[in-house]
Amino acid sequence: MSGILETDSERLFAALRTVLAAKNIASADEIAERIAVTDAGSPAQGARMVARAWVDPAYRAQMLADGTRAAEALGIPMRGAPPLGVLENAEGLHHLVVCTLCSCYPRAVLGYPPFWFKSAAYRARAVRDPRGLLAEFGTELPPGTRIRVVDSTADYRWMVLPLRPPGTEGWPEDRLAALVHEGDMIGITLVHV
Amino acid sequence: MFAPGTRVRVRDDWPETRGPVHLRTPHYLRGRTGTVERHLGDFPNPEDLAFRRPAPRLPLYHVRFDQSPIWPEGAPGDEVLVELFGPWLEAA
Repeated sequence: MSGILETDSERLFAALRTVLAAKNIASADEIAERIAVTDAGSPAQGARMVARAWVDPAYRAQMLADGTRAAEALGIPMRGAPPLGVLENAEGLHHLVVCTLCSCYPRAVLGYPPFWFKSAAYRARAVRDPRGLLAEFGTELPPGTRIRVVDSTADYRWMVLPLRPPGTEGWPEDRLAALVHEGDMIGITLVHV
Repeated sequence: MFAPGTRVRVRDDWPETRGPVHLRTPHYLRGRTGTVERHLGDFPNPEDLAFRRPAPRLPLYHVRFDQSPIWPEGAPGDEVLVELFGPWLEAA
């Protein structure tokens, strides 16, 4: 039965789910589980990883070597997700992530991308004019900072480990994590106290 | 296999002019020279996967390019870091 509250996409999804089950490709339960995993992704997950890396050098090293294992170490489900790579900002080096070809995004640890991440304007300008773009987001890099634009073109998903802001010495992890927002892990903004 | 630090050139090839393709090599890098950062692992060729063809695993590299010769807006020292599959690269 189709009512006015049912969208075309819902009807398409129901039909696809039925066919996938009929062909033994994926059961309704498996699809529901994947949806739950996808919905559980959020910037708060990535922020927990960042905060842990700021206080725990061994965790930071693991995160830079293998982002997927580092996420799993904090209980973030990564099964079926593309490999996660983490790129560390440093004094004098700033990373900015973009997917010029489509919209690759580390959803397992950052959730759904912000609307502008998939826009043609962001995708074109991040790679061509990163400094102009950062300025429009109100992001001011310290003088002499090099920008490394990361074009996410293939099998990895990339997140940025931002610099820990000054004035946060001795803070507990949860307080640090609350400072970290999705843009900081894309590299379009900096973490501020 | 390309070792980290190897200078490589992206093939100046335009398969999209010859027929339907699925490419992961951005147009702005064709013919450009960069430096291999590291080997990221081997992954099935997306150019085949997209057409449900048997997809051999290919080495995937992180390759770094200077921004300024590619885009006039680039500042000296700015870079682009991109995942590229081995067959697109040749020693420079």
